[in-house]
Amino acid sequence: MFSSKAIRVAAFAAASLFTAAASAQSGKPAEIKIGITTFLSGPASVFGVPAKAAADMYIEQINAAGGVKGVKIVPVYVDEGVGGDKFLSEYRRVVQEQGVKTMLAAISSGNCNIVAPVAEDLKVLNVMWDCGTEKVLEEKRYRYVVRTQANATAEMVATVLYLLRTKPGFKTIAVVNQDYAYGRDSWELFRNTLLALKPDTKIVAELFPKFGATDFSTEVSRLQALRPDVILSTSWGGDLDTFVRQAAQRGLTRNSLFVLPLAESSLERLGAIVPDGAIVGARGDHYFLHPELKDDPKLKEFAQKFKAKTGAYPIYSVHHMIQAIDAVVANYDKAIAGAKGQWPTTEQLADSMHGLKFRGLTRPLVIREDGQGLEDQLLGVAKKTAAYPFPVIDKMVIYPGALVTAPVGKKSPDWVRTLTPAIMKDASIKAFPALK
Amino acid sequence: MSKVQARMGPAAMPTPATQPASARSRPIVSPPAIAAAVLLVLALLLPVVMPWIKTPVIIAACFGIAALGVSILIRAGQMSFGHAMFSCAAGYAVAFAARRWPWLDSTVLIALGTLVGAVSGLVIGAFVVRYRAIFFGMLNLALSMVLFAVLGKFFTLTGGTDGMRLARSTFFGMDLERAGFETALLVSVVALALGLGLLVRRYLNSVAGQALSAIKTNETRLEFLGISAYRVMLTGYVLSAALCGLSGAVFAITQGLVTPEMGYWIRSGEIVFISILGGVGHPVGAFLGAAIFEFVKVFAGAYMIGASHLVLGVVLIAMVFFAPRGISGLLTGARKGGQP
Amino acid sequence: MNIDIFMLAIMDGVSYASLLFLVALGMTLVFGVMRILNMAHGSLYAFGGYAAASIGLYMAAAGLPPAWSLAVLVLAAILVGTLLGAAMEMSLLRRIYDKEPMLQLLVTFAAFMIFEDLQRMIFGVQPYSYPAIVDYLGVVDVIGITYTRYQLFVLPGAAIVIFIALRSFLKYSRMGKQIVAVAHHREVSMAMGIDVKRICLFTFIVGSILGALGGALALPTTSWVPGSGAEMIVLSFAVVATAGLGQVEGALVAAILIGLARSFAVYLLPEIEVLVPYLIMVLVLLFKPEGLFSVAQARRV
Repeated sequence: MFSSKAIRVAAFAAASLFTAAASAQSGKPAEIKIGITTFLSGPASVFGVPAKAAADMYIEQINAAGGVKGVKIVPVYVDEGVGGDKFLSEYRRVVQEQGVKTMLAAISSGNCNIVAPVAEDLKVLNVMWDCGTEKVLEEKRYRYVVRTQANATAEMVATVLYLLRTKPGFKTIAVVNQDYAYGRDSWELFRNTLLALKPDTKIVAELFPKFGATDFSTEVSRLQALRPDVILSTSWGGDLDTFVRQAAQRGLTRNSLFVLPLAESSLERLGAIVPDGAIVGARGDHYFLHPELKDDPKLKEFAQKFKAKTGAYPIYSVHHMIQAIDAVVANYDKAIAGAKGQWPTTEQLADSMHGLKFRGLTRPLVIREDGQGLEDQLLGVAKKTAAYPFPVIDKMVIYPGALVTAPVGKKSPDWVRTLTPAIMKDASIKAFPALK
Repeated sequence: MSKVQARMGPAAMPTPATQPASARSRPIVSPPAIAAAVLLVLALLLPVVMPWIKTPVIIAACFGIAALGVSILIRAGQMSFGHAMFSCAAGYAVAFAARRWPWLDSTVLIALGTLVGAVSGLVIGAFVVRYRAIFFGMLNLALSMVLFAVLGKFFTLTGGTDGMRLARSTFFGMDLERAGFETALLVSVVALALGLGLLVRRYLNSVAGQALSAIKTNETRLEFLGISAYRVMLTGYVLSAALCGLSGAVFAITQGLVTPEMGYWIRSGEIVFISILGGVGHPVGAFLGAAIFEFVKVFAGAYMIGASHLVLGVVLIAMVFFAPRGISGLLTGARKGGQP
Repeated sequence: MNIDIFMLAIMDGVSYASLLFLVALGMTLVFGVMRILNMAHGSLYAFGGYAAASIGLYMAAAGLPPAWSLAVLVLAAILVGTLLGAAMEMSLLRRIYDKEPMLQLLVTFAAFMIFEDLQRMIFGVQPYSYPAIVDYLGVVDVIGITYTRYQLFVLPGAAIVIFIALRSFLKYSRMGKQIVAVAHHREVSMAMGIDVKRICLFTFIVGSILGALGGALALPTTSWVPGSGAEMIVLSFAVVATAGLGQVEGALVAAILIGLARSFAVYLLPEIEVLVPYLIMVLVLLFKPEGLFSVAQARRV
């Protein structure tokens, strides 16, 4: 009665209706586009380019293993080196023209300050993957903006604690920070913490060369004249490289103890120029020779792969990138489970980020209800060894994130003023034996 | 106009033969008017098809208004490589005001920015308009760099190189969501562009405007006519500064961000580029130039990453050699007397 | 302010002033002879640095001892200056001599934009550094402060050597005198049989070499990034305008003035350090618009 053609057409129609219904049921997109901002040009690119390499490698790995529930991840990169104004235009274009719903932004605290309200306005999930300014999440409660790493508070408090542990008797300190949000905010936190724990410290100079400066000879001259016991610099990337190089060239590193909380990312590039004994931090517990996890298969394998591909060991920007991607993927799993099989909306994804537990390459992290991540902080001193052509970190101490981060709802610059010397002896601080 | 007539007598009245083409009566549908209509339609209809293009169109309109201002001075033969300082100053004024008085409406903020532009134009112009040619260009450049350096250095006051952010204000009293706000801005800035274009055209055809061109061709003769070149230039300068101020204020409100880069000398150079590209003969030129400029930037950003300045540079050189009167010059055709 | 700070400021200022002078000299020479203010001069500075870094790193990999790196810098500058300068003059500037000054300025601005993108395409956007010569020459202690020999001796030395060489050249050599003649009055020189075209080409090449040399010599002390050219253009404007367009001796004085002023500002009033060059330029231009050392000329009707 029914012609074979009619039966075939009917079968085809039924089949397509069924698959359409099925995919409408799960709402799976064809691909997950993630916008990733990093420094691809200028002095900061020595920091940002390895992170991009890491993202490419890691996303390839994830896609090869099937992606997120079978959906592949496609990264879209935005260069932060073009300046805040052009960066914002690019950010908006990627979100509005390319329809990206998840952004990993940014490295520069200045850029994070700019995009956080814009992301909230555009209703896209914005994962702050590397910027440190604590002010973004403390001055306003965001739904769509979270941070998958610690903030400047944790980094600076841990640094002060390590400094007081290493050189408790110093008298004078000078600071040379980059003149932008992070440079200013990190100094405010460091200074408040230091003065709370050691009120008799004398601050002899506060120098803020511009972000991206390529010449620090006047700063070096001034510091030589002042001869402080300790010189702090929260610079990073090409700026830190140039500053340490110029300081070492003129002997400044001989007379003052250099405290460089962000120097883990510069050790391999600077090599022997870094003076022995300089205090080095890793903005988290990110070090390829992690005292607890250096033989952990995930870290070890990735470090070797990364070294083989790029010629250098992973620095903390790489770790932060992996952490952020891991958080996004773990979040999808969490949100899909919560949405009972339906593909989650951006709102559901944003909400489920709060309270997420995840792990990058080193110790696991958790994101609090205010969107701030709790990340343990590793610090140590630089030491030349025969094993590597660059200094390793010795006398490592890890400070747990919960200890050194301001509680939810508190403003960090005020909270750090309330710290007492008792924090230096907290039991949760873990010190590791020195190298022979 | 009557003062000149009274002094010189009817013989000095411009006769139809010597009048520049633009003042002669001619059909409404002239090429520049068509170009203007096309731009208007594109500006309003493209965003309906591609919603993301709203912001680039607004930015292009801002650049166009700034180029309109700069082209007034180019008429007088003076190229200012520092006019971005007026948009920058206006932008920061808007940012400060929005922070201090968050209840101010966007239209008030734009008016404030324009005023700041005009006043700074008056203050700076009072000195600067005495200079000509390269000194004029360089002095403007130096002043804009002073502003740039100050804004970048005083972090606690101005946010340094990170700049200052603006929260979205009400528009004509309405509290709008992002999409509605952008549409409102788009319509307003396009209307402003049209209105200002017509206004500037009237100004350029008036005695003050014609006197500007006279400064370029023969300033001394203008002085002999009894017209103060200083006053003419200063009026033109203040007007151009006000236009740049307006463009800066709208830019600040659209972006929600002001940075010292707004006043960098290369930005001023880009504005000059747009004026020359579009041509200073007819106000529509400024907007044609701005449209092409934005288009090249977006196109180059997508397909030829890192070559936008190269393309623009080549285009500029080609314009100088082959079409020195710009696109609007090509539209209006060759004129007698070589008036730009 | 005690004598120590005073001496420190002077030593810091002198090396900065030397670099400023070299770059400004090229610009002012070109203007004096050709009456063109070359906005792409800063690009030559940038290219000089990039070329010196590339050639230097290549030679170092090939085993060149660090003592020779100074020669590498100079040779790279000469190479870049000659190639780019000749290319720019012959293809572009030659055709705009008869155009209005404003259009000439615009054309050089367009050239600058083209060079900015070319730089990125050829050399990439990562920072370059080549400190071989600084490390090799070592440091010296002056009143308790360590300075690099390069900063204290090589840079001011280079500035002085070039200044004397150029002055002698312009004063005593045949071609130098022709250049001065063309700078003074182009038409009369042509009438007297001087090959003005050749002189202009030569001058532009020398000017470009000087700009590139500024870049090459600045390279060892910093790291080279995109955008260094754009900054340098405005700074050399400041020096040239303060001195007076076309004044060679004046450029030296203006460079020292600005270099020292900036250096003193760093010690006394660090907030205005970046402003100082532009403030000086504005002040000089407001009171003596032709520059400090220029000879007054009647404005031609």
